[in-house]
Amino acid sequence: MSAPRPNLLLVEDDPQIQRFLATALDAHGYALRIAGSGNEGLQLAALHQPDIAIVDIGLPDISGLDLIARLREWYAQPILVLSAREREADKVAALDLGADDYLTKPFGIGELLARLRVMQRHLAGREAAGESPRIEIGDITLDLAARRVLRGDEDVHLTPIEYQLLATLARHRGKVLTHRQLLREVWGAAHTESPQYLRIYMRSLRKKIETDPARPRWLTTEVGVGYRLADGEERI
Amino acid sequence: MPTSGNFERPDPDALLARVQDDTARAQRGRLKIFFGATAGVGKSYAMLEVARRQQADGVDVVVGYVELHGRPETEALLDGLEVLPPMRLDHRGLALTEFDLDAALARRPQLLLVDELAHSNHPGARHPKRWQDVQELLEAGIDVYTTVNVQHLESLNDVVAQITGVQVRETVPDKVFAEADDVELVDLPPDELLERLREGKVYLPDKARQAADGFFRKGNLIALRQLALRATADRVDAALREYRDRHAISATWAATDRILVCVGPDPLSARLVRSARRMATASHAPWLAVYVETPALTHLPQSARDRILATLKLAEQLGAETANLSGESVPATLLAFARQRNVSRIVVGKPARGGWLARFRPSLVDELIRRSGAIDVYVINGEIGDEGPATPRIPMRSSRWPAYAKALAVIAMATLIGSQMVGRFESTNVVMVYLLGTVLVAARFGRGPSVLASVLSVALFDFLFVPPQFSFAVSDTQYLITFGVMLTTALVVSHLTALGKRQASVARQRERRSAELYALSRELARRRNLEDLSKYLVRHVLASVDGEAAVLLPDADGKIQDPTHFCDRGAERAPAQRTHYPVPGNDLGIAQWAYDHRRKAGLNTDTLASAGAIYLPLLSLKSAGKATAPAAAESRDTRCIGVLGLRPVDPRQLSIPEQMHLVEALVNQTAVAMERVQLADAAQRAGVQVESERLRNTLLAAISHDFRTPLATIIGAASTLQGSALDAPQRQALLDGVLHEAQRMNRLIGNLLDLTRLSEEPIPLRRDWIAVDELVGAVLARLRELLATHPVTLRIEDDLPLVSGDEVMLEQLLSNLLENAARHTPPGTAVEIAARTEGADLALNVRDHGGGFRDGEEARVFDKFHQGARERAQSGFGLGLAICKAIVDAHGGTIDARNADGGGAEFRVRLPLRPREVGA
Repeated sequence: MSAPRPNLLLVEDDPQIQRFLATALDAHGYALRIAGSGNEGLQLAALHQPDIAIVDIGLPDISGLDLIARLREWYAQPILVLSAREREADKVAALDLGADDYLTKPFGIGELLARLRVMQRHLAGREAAGESPRIEIGDITLDLAARRVLRGDEDVHLTPIEYQLLATLARHRGKVLTHRQLLREVWGAAHTESPQYLRIYMRSLRKKIETDPARPRWLTTEVGVGYRLADGEERI
Repeated sequence: MPTSGNFERPDPDALLARVQDDTARAQRGRLKIFFGATAGVGKSYAMLEVARRQQADGVDVVVGYVELHGRPETEALLDGLEVLPPMRLDHRGLALTEFDLDAALARRPQLLLVDELAHSNHPGARHPKRWQDVQELLEAGIDVYTTVNVQHLESLNDVVAQITGVQVRETVPDKVFAEADDVELVDLPPDELLERLREGKVYLPDKARQAADGFFRKGNLIALRQLALRATADRVDAALREYRDRHAISATWAATDRILVCVGPDPLSARLVRSARRMATASHAPWLAVYVETPALTHLPQSARDRILATLKLAEQLGAETANLSGESVPATLLAFARQRNVSRIVVGKPARGGWLARFRPSLVDELIRRSGAIDVYVINGEIGDEGPATPRIPMRSSRWPAYAKALAVIAMATLIGSQMVGRFESTNVVMVYLLGTVLVAARFGRGPSVLASVLSVALFDFLFVPPQFSFAVSDTQYLITFGVMLTTALVVSHLTALGKRQASVARQRERRSAELYALSRELARRRNLEDLSKYLVRHVLASVDGEAAVLLPDADGKIQDPTHFCDRGAERAPAQRTHYPVPGNDLGIAQWAYDHRRKAGLNTDTLASAGAIYLPLLSLKSAGKATAPAAAESRDTRCIGVLGLRPVDPRQLSIPEQMHLVEALVNQTAVAMERVQLADAAQRAGVQVESERLRNTLLAAISHDFRTPLATIIGAASTLQGSALDAPQRQALLDGVLHEAQRMNRLIGNLLDLTRLSEEPIPLRRDWIAVDELVGAVLARLRELLATHPVTLRIEDDLPLVSGDEVMLEQLLSNLLENAARHTPPGTAVEIAARTEGADLALNVRDHGGGFRDGEEARVFDKFHQGARERAQSGFGLGLAICKAIVDAHGGTIDARNADGGGAEFRVRLPLRPREVGA
């Protein structure tokens, strides 16, 4: 980790999880502020401008979803959502509201650290040069500037929609994009209710990008939520 | 009815009935009657005095209605008592006041005073009689004080009329008097009463003054006083007898006395009924009133039929059980019934017919006496019991003309044949031809045409064939015999035929009735829900009564609902869906009343008779069985299932007793069937409860085992880590254990949550279009660690179509199957996943290469809490496969398990590619 300790905000009401995360994150070089309720979280966020906010969906006062919506009115930094199992609808809602990623409770500290690292990298990349024009996906190179996809030196032929899909995922690499977000970005606002297009194009895209399309390495599925272009360094 | 006395040895049923009776009484309000010989003896005064004492004792007393008659000393007693304002009714421009029943029920005092029990309510009140208001008050648990004069007692009504010459119309049924908890006699010697009368202390309206002068004669007053004293004494006697019954003091148990009175269409039958009632009361015997309908009597005029019904109704009010018998001869039918019901005494009227014919034909009484055997026959003065006041007339049926025309044609034919025979045969043979024609007419067309035919035959025969021809003159006197025989034969044959036809029609009616009942009972036995039963009841009722009918069922709060099924006969008996019962809104209230009070109401009943429909409660078996004693207080614990509403096209249909009995029989049968269905439902619910109880216990056992095991490891490891100084590898081992066990618990909880979610009905599916290859990829990624030791081979068809389904659930399905494969097979063995389309389905197979199933286990693996015997420590409640089954079912697919060819277990899932119409 680089010199300045990244500044984290945890909005979580359960004291055991607070304690466990405080210990673990401190040990891994993060500076952590803890809010026990949504309103306190809003205040702390405004006061300290954390680099990353970690928000539990189930909060005692306002719901985590409301908190995300209100944070997103002015807060541009990444938000990581913690949610209980089987609440895909909540996850999708949180992501649609502008959260960047989610973790399902219970989770191991390793998983959390991996997500945080991906977010930090994004942050660093964004601060450095905006979008990087060339993105490496395994043996594939995506050249956003030239709108080309190369395996080695060979062109991989993508249809315009496949390209759009890949480019959208690549721009938010490591982050989960919901079906709705992808449909809006690639097909336009009118098609957000037609996820079957997405499935078909994702299948053909995998055939062209992945070495084993049945066990995708890069274009991973988040069941019930959406898709993610895996970050090169982590297997999530 | 305890007051009617009970001579039978107390059997357990009777004791039980008495206990129930007592319970019913305890809930009922108590009725106290202030009883007097005539008006003016001071009943109201006595009642108010007692009420004031009660109030002084802290009882909540309210005056419901008191006739003050402008007497100041009575009015003074009202001071300090709460008086309910009377209800104001507007009847044809007349402002009337009436006791306000609903206000009284709403006020709910402990004790309510209602004067003049015999009062007839004005039209527009709920009940026609005030005593019915009082009954309702008592049922509501309110104690009531009231006043009655002896002349108002139903059974003494005619006696009083005989004594005083004044017929009183306002009467109270004796059972009300008999069932009163307390009767206080307010007695005043006649001289004192006359004194009070002279002093003007007894109020009488001016127009009644004149009639009263005749009424208040000393002789009358003495007789009335005697009647009142005797009625009170009878009550005291009955109370004593009851006391002895209860305390088993009486040592001798007389054989049951049972009295039967036979009523006829005669107006004086009512008197006969009252006599029988007195006889029954005197000997504390149950009594029956019957009407025997012979074929001849089926054609009585409507007015006579109405009279019979009125008499039977009177008998019922006086506490008799009534029956309508049909049979060939009155004495035979009567005696058969009497023997069947173990009757000891028969009461009939003395025949008054004095015609000469009576000397040759045995009267009903003669015949009864001759054939009665052990039964006593009582003959009471009153011209009834025999075959009625006059030979019943055959009602003129409309359009008899075709029959007469045909009779003429037959005779014309006979004449034609006869004319051909002249000269070849004797003229007596021509007579035979005419006779044949006449008999044919009699047999086919009834009496009128046959008389016409016989007269015509005689005339024609005389005119055409008897010398001198073409004249009615007769040369030979023996032809007169021919004429006589012809006429007689025709009349006899036509009479016999008519009789036979009527008998057939009576038999047909009876047969139709029993066929109706039989058909209903057969259908009822097959039905399994209330709605069907209602439908069939309505259909059968409408088969015998033309009109509209519906079964009204209560909701959970006992509030009667609009019917869901509604029928009228016009609509081919098909159930029509209507949202509201198409009768004035008040009718639902009547239905509610019938339901609440477990009594019939509406048209042709005592309650709200102005309604257009009758409402019959569907009472469960227990009370239906009490039909033998309709006067007995209905047991409080009977259950009312619903109400049948019936609106006949012609209200008169309901006054025919056979019709009413049939309808009531149908209602009773249906009620029994409905109760059976409800009990069966309850039993089934209880069964389900037992089953879920069992499941819950299994679940609890499983949870406590499967949760405590990993918890034991975690707690043990954590406490070890906390206390002692361990080296790094030891600590690592313990920490690994904690992590592993925690993950295992997480899996268990996940399964439990899934199960909870999937036990919702219907399981909420979030359908989406799913690429199966993608789903398999996602599951393999998620189970990477678990499947590390098991090589997975994929055989997924290229370009598999998308499947409609819940993505999260299908992922769960696949994960559970793979987890199952991984956990139950040795490391290193392969797992295969195959997916392809088969018709309109997706076929998804997961196969392992482990030991497979033992015999019969395949069928049970999808049961909740089933666990394979192997690797028990790895198991998690055995819920995984049950969840799979629930998921597949929710998608309208199938799943099975089998031992694959070449070893190992194979799970085969088929899912419809698109949702099916039904159940998907």
